[in-house]
Amino acid sequence: MSEHEYVPKSKAAKWFNDRLPLLTLGAHLTDYPTPKNLNYWWTFGGILTFCLITQIVTGIVLAMHYVAHADLAFASVEHIMRDVNYGWLIRYIHSNGASMFFLAVYIHIFRSLFYGSYKSPREVIWIIGLMIYLLMMAAAFMGYVLPWGQMSFWGATVITNLFSAIPLVGDSITTWLWGAYSVDNPTLNRFFSLHYLIPFLILGLVVLHIWALHVPGNNNPVGIDIKKPSKDTVPFHPYITIKDAFALLVFMIIFAGFVFFTPNVLGHSDNYIPANPLVTPAHIVPEWYLLPFYAILRSVPDKLGGVILMFSAIFILFVLPWLDTSKVRSAVFRPIYRQFFWILVIDVLMLGYVGAMPAEGVYLVLARVGTIYYFLHFIVVMPVVGYLEKTDPIPMSISEPVLSGGAEPSIARKVDDKV
Amino acid sequence: MIKSNQRLFVLFFLLLIPFKPIQSAEMAEPIKVDWSFKGLTGTFDRASLQRGFQVYKEVCASCHSMQYLSYRNLGEPGGPEFSKQEVKAIAASFEIEDGPDSQGEMFTRPGKPSDKFKSPYPNVQAAIAANGGAYPPDMSVLVKARKGGANYIYSVLVGYEDPPPGVTLDDGVYYNKYMAGNKIKMPNNLMDGLVEYADGTESTVDQMAMDVTTFLAWAAEPELEERHKTGVKVIIYLVLLTILVYLSMKKIWSRVDSEI
Amino acid sequence: MSKEEKKVNRRDFLFTASYTVGAVGLGAVIWPMIDQMNPDKAQQALATTEVDISSIEPGKSITVLWRGKPIFIKKRTSEEIAEARAVKLDDLPDPQKDEDRVKEGKDEWLVMLGVCTHLGCVPLKDKGDFNGWFCPCHGSHYDVSGRIRKGPAPTNMEIPKFEFVNSNTIKIG
Repeated sequence: MSEHEYVPKSKAAKWFNDRLPLLTLGAHLTDYPTPKNLNYWWTFGGILTFCLITQIVTGIVLAMHYVAHADLAFASVEHIMRDVNYGWLIRYIHSNGASMFFLAVYIHIFRSLFYGSYKSPREVIWIIGLMIYLLMMAAAFMGYVLPWGQMSFWGATVITNLFSAIPLVGDSITTWLWGAYSVDNPTLNRFFSLHYLIPFLILGLVVLHIWALHVPGNNNPVGIDIKKPSKDTVPFHPYITIKDAFALLVFMIIFAGFVFFTPNVLGHSDNYIPANPLVTPAHIVPEWYLLPFYAILRSVPDKLGGVILMFSAIFILFVLPWLDTSKVRSAVFRPIYRQFFWILVIDVLMLGYVGAMPAEGVYLVLARVGTIYYFLHFIVVMPVVGYLEKTDPIPMSISEPVLSGGAEPSIARKVDDKV
Repeated sequence: MIKSNQRLFVLFFLLLIPFKPIQSAEMAEPIKVDWSFKGLTGTFDRASLQRGFQVYKEVCASCHSMQYLSYRNLGEPGGPEFSKQEVKAIAASFEIEDGPDSQGEMFTRPGKPSDKFKSPYPNVQAAIAANGGAYPPDMSVLVKARKGGANYIYSVLVGYEDPPPGVTLDDGVYYNKYMAGNKIKMPNNLMDGLVEYADGTESTVDQMAMDVTTFLAWAAEPELEERHKTGVKVIIYLVLLTILVYLSMKKIWSRVDSEI
Repeated sequence: MSKEEKKVNRRDFLFTASYTVGAVGLGAVIWPMIDQMNPDKAQQALATTEVDISSIEPGKSITVLWRGKPIFIKKRTSEEIAEARAVKLDDLPDPQKDEDRVKEGKDEWLVMLGVCTHLGCVPLKDKGDFNGWFCPCHGSHYDVSGRIRKGPAPTNMEIPKFEFVNSNTIKIG
């Protein structure tokens, strides 16, 4: 548990470790002092690592059988499903894995928002995390294009056309992205190439994400800085590993439920119709994890405006650490912000819901209200509430219910129960 | 709201999953059929699959291709499970184009189990031209490619009706209440007694619709039975391991004065 | 949860059970990832080929593709058969009678995998020192029965599983 220098036991190990300190790194990861009050919302980091590795492994395997050609892609996917040994299993893990990955990443992001994990000194972790999220969206989008079904084709058409909103050079950029005058074989080919590349970029960023985490150490539900190692910490192994393993297994049960019993419920039936450039499906929607942004895009009656607003919805998160003016990290001690947090959660869910609905009537109104609140939350609520809010007293440490303010001990116990 | 923060959190994310777009076009909800292949342990009815193949072969195959299936699939486990000889005989009853031979000419020969199902038309354009401008879709994955799946296919097959008063139909367009927009270009091809089932089952429209839909459901998901079987084993295994790991976790964390 | 200090034995049954069960699962997951690289069902279905041999003249041979590899089908003349059978087994690096390399009663038909047993090249016909095949890659000489006579190849060219469907057709595989 202590931070003192790791010394390998055997001579050979020492010889190697002097040249490449892998063993020191291993010892650091095993002994890494972790706050002992981390709750299950903190297990999603491990779950996400599992998701990434699963996607990379199944993806490499699928690429051995998939053919990235407009005439053959759909047939090659059917070949995987019908002929390749365990092909159906591997493909369903990969396609549902994308959804599970996003489910986990959204929980991970909202956990960070609730407990203030993005705040000083963890801004860089947060920003790297957002870069990972952006790359995930790019990878997921391009992966969805590969089966070359109707949704693949028209999804690719709509998303690439977003760039045509850029003044002056928009059309040239879109044509450049396509490598043709519409979404066509060259587009499919380059998307496959990039879809294979991006996960490895993500993997690199994940290493940086964890590295950046290990500098200040974990945040925790109480949100106070922890002297480490101390009575408030436990070594990462076996305490956190076993807890992560347990949470991961529960996650895998849900994952397996999708893969084996409803493998297509998260997809769209139209994607089993081969791509047809002459017919657009009656109702075109992105995958569920992109729906909130799709709703924001459609809430603006102006092409460029919609695109700008949609991208702003993501990029505003990058400056979040500086929009939040509160000195207190965890929403556990922020009674007002906590309310707004839940409003934001509901707002994003509502945006996702209306994103799946036709852009008309009440859905359009809801989308607009939702979009306005989304931006108000970050631009107005976060700075203002941070200034005005009277926060609850914060305990001095995790183990001791001593409060920095003079409130009753009952609050401290309540906090302990919560975490 | 505050007290049950975490429970709400879970609830909302679970709610997120079933959101699906609603269909705006006017059409009746498909009939809900209690298929044998539904549910966690669902399997196909072999006899129904074999009859369904007969219906496909004798009725549907004159317009609809199934280009991703091979004759050998008919004998594979989890499917109609025709015997080796039957599969050979079925395959051999089709003339398959092969080649080029040593003279560079294409030639036809009797089908082999490794051949793909013979398509009725050489290409999509020919299929459209022969069917009054409507493409009879390939049926390999049709059940997966339609919202409502097997229920929808079955409903359309039994959903032909005379148009209600006030609805006029062009030539070659038929009224079907389960079809989007209620108009379909496929005529009602099923009538009682149309095929003579090898196993003596009475071939009512309903029976044929059930059988061919079962066959199409298998064609779209030939892995279904293996998937269900493996899935049950995987879930049991995971639950067992989860319990073991949970108990191990409790034990390990009992060394620390903390909640988990 | 109890707060008293407990002595926990690391070799506890629970941990061993968890590790074991977990390892079994990991193994079960790895297998599909390996098996997917094996020949798929479509490949396996193509494992037999029927060949019409009615047009092959005595002394001539044809080459057909089976599982992506060449199959040499040679209709041998009676002189060639006699030549192959005259060879003493002691002279062969991989002793095998010519009779064992053909179907009884169909002695003129030599059906073999046209792949050099050294490193997989395709030997040239009617070449080499033994009136049979010669592999240009590393100089292996095969006789008219496809047996290795000289050079680095360790064994005779392989005879695939085949049968005569009728006098004009053979089925390989």
